Amino acid sequence: MSAETGPRVDQADLAAAGEVRQETMIINMGPQHPSTHGVLRLLLELDGEEVVSCQPIVGYLHTGIEKNCEYRTWQQGVTYVTRADYLSPFFNELAYCLAAERLLGIEAPLRARVIRVLVSELNRVASHLVWLATGGMELGAISMMLYGFREREMLLDVFEAITGLRMNHAYIRIGGVVMDLPPGAEQRIRDLVPMLRGRIKEYEDILAQNPIWVDRNRGIGYLEADEALAFGVTGPMLRAAGVARDVRRDEPYCDYETYEFDVVTGREGDCYARFEVRVEEMKQSLRIVEQCLDRLEPGPVMVEDPKVRWPGQLEVGPDGIGNSNRYIAHIMEGSMEALIHHFKMVTEGVSVPAGEVYQPVEGPRGELGMYVVSDGGHKPYRVKIRDPSFANLQAVPSMVAGGLVADVIAVVASVDPVMGGVDR
Amino acid sequence: MPVERLSGFQGGKTDTEAEEELKRGILLASLDKAVRWARKQSMWPVTFGLACCAIEMMAAGAGDYDLSRWGMELFRASPRQADLMIVAGRVAQKMAPVLRTVYDQMPEPKWVISMGVCASAGGMFTNYAIVQGVDTIVPVDIYVPGCPPKPEMLMYGILRLHEKVRTEGRFK
Amino acid sequence: MITGELVDRVRTRHPDLVVARDEATVVVDRSELLDALRELRDDPELALDFLSSITATDWPGRDPRFWVSYELSSIEHRHRLRVKVGLSEEDPHAPTVTGLFPTADWYERETYDFYGIVFDGHPDLRRILLPDGWEGYPLRKTEELGGVDTRFKGAFMPPVDRRTT
Repeated sequence: MSAETGPRVDQADLAAAGEVRQETMIINMGPQHPSTHGVLRLLLELDGEEVVSCQPIVGYLHTGIEKNCEYRTWQQGVTYVTRADYLSPFFNELAYCLAAERLLGIEAPLRARVIRVLVSELNRVASHLVWLATGGMELGAISMMLYGFREREMLLDVFEAITGLRMNHAYIRIGGVVMDLPPGAEQRIRDLVPMLRGRIKEYEDILAQNPIWVDRNRGIGYLEADEALAFGVTGPMLRAAGVARDVRRDEPYCDYETYEFDVVTGREGDCYARFEVRVEEMKQSLRIVEQCLDRLEPGPVMVEDPKVRWPGQLEVGPDGIGNSNRYIAHIMEGSMEALIHHFKMVTEGVSVPAGEVYQPVEGPRGELGMYVVSDGGHKPYRVKIRDPSFANLQAVPSMVAGGLVADVIAVVASVDPVMGGVDR
Repeated sequence: MPVERLSGFQGGKTDTEAEEELKRGILLASLDKAVRWARKQSMWPVTFGLACCAIEMMAAGAGDYDLSRWGMELFRASPRQADLMIVAGRVAQKMAPVLRTVYDQMPEPKWVISMGVCASAGGMFTNYAIVQGVDTIVPVDIYVPGCPPKPEMLMYGILRLHEKVRTEGRFK
Repeated sequence: MITGELVDRVRTRHPDLVVARDEATVVVDRSELLDALRELRDDPELALDFLSSITATDWPGRDPRFWVSYELSSIEHRHRLRVKVGLSEEDPHAPTVTGLFPTADWYERETYDFYGIVFDGHPDLRRILLPDGWEGYPLRKTEELGGVDTRFKGAFMPPVDRRTT
């Protein structure tokens, strides 16, 4: 068919076609979607392949943790907050316990503080490994998923040996930690660190030299520093934009000012910079872990004050971790006062002076804050968890707008939101 | 020779017709077994990770625990291609309708494992936000306790489900 | 926290300032909130330009019943300040601060969701964590914890011992 005899296109048709082209399509991504990290829902407005706007919808994992905390004793609150951001349980416990300790006006003993730093930094590595695993999987690097979880298992084995649980440990308690490190744990961690360091280097090489990984991350999902600050973004996302903000250094807790580590920053503020920052952070965490191991001196791991410390003494028995037999014999047969005290502490718990504190810690995803209010009773009056992912997600619309729909996956992966923390 | 009634399978026939059918149908009984065996050998779970348990479910699928030993490494993103839903984590009131939709989208036959105590009974989260047991929304075949259950516990639950599929499943 | 001179600097403008447990809290009136936050943000010596979080507490039977607290911090000077606003039970309205701090968007929605505090001028004040049709504000002290016997959209969950399926 020649051009002359072909179907004639008149002006009206062209105008109509123009209108069609202007229409955008609304795509609903999630809440059940394999690459939205849990139950995040994104409402995307698309013009062809291009993202016009994006609206994150959260709340599909709203758990009511903050309300539950108000109905439990101060000590029991630890078990609730640890389940908020389930990839950083130690940080949730740490922020909550530090807040409660500040209200009580006490400080955990030295050994407990070192152990807290030790487990937190190991936790940071484990959390970043999950990010590497899932982020890699979502961009097609399936082997990263297997590698990441392999190394995480090793860390979880250590956590299990120390706390008895792989996740949701409730290990850090008000006044210290619930029990001392088991025999052999220090050596085990000492052996683990160089191995992890080698593996992290390996993964960095695998991905940084992989053209697909680089292409899918470099220049994608820009977030400028001032924009990030306006959205309340913290953690690796903010540092990748060049702002050296780290609660560990800016508002030190648990003697972080005495540890040597670098606050890693990037320049570009894109997905690739976030990848680099997180990988480098894992190495810094391992550095801190080694310093912790050198500092571990024998000593108490819980404050001595009987009005604060948990009365039970835990130990590993033949059937797992539980109250030590000696202690049970003591309260059941030895001392009536000890039994009364135990009963009072377990049912009523500590009484915390009235007041309010906001305690931030540097979690794997940014500033994890606990705003804790006490009315002087045996239960928290209000526990507000300021989760970093909640604020970080707010920046997603501006990061994906104007990009391609396939890059949304890369951007969300680089934000590393954990919906348990966002929705609480 | 008396024929043992095959429970459940009627094939749209009356009882007597089914009896007649069965007298001739040695093959049917074996086919039923074969189908159940095949279903058990390669179940495809739908990715339905919700909370902490989802991470343990992923760990179960990863190298160390390796669900592919039971032909289950393929977590399907689409419920249309899956026959097992592992409800891994606490189910919020807001998520409940979504969960039911995903379940309805799965083709028959389908099974549900309720992973973790939150999915099974609300767990420690007795509050306004959490559905107190996913069995109020979808029928559950296996409950796996724990908070979160270790991957070994999930695998035990899966093996029990396999047992159930092998022995109780019906050829439809 | 802010220390020494800076405390005095804030106190001259907002006399209701308390320093406790290494934290400074300043209470302002609702009508002054926006101006106060803007001043604190733009003052180069304070530079409280980062809003960490907004939340509320509920004290039924007291006046004001609700306290909305804003956690401010400074990236440059590494200090913090909490600004609180009291709201009465009959009139739980506060001006939105989304114009000053865009991050307040979701935090105000969350506070509205949990406590029913209305932020006037908010661009999109809807529920954020709870489903859209939810009735009540669950984190108010007058609301029950719930769990069993929860009613939502016709679904009824009996207590565990009375469940049949």
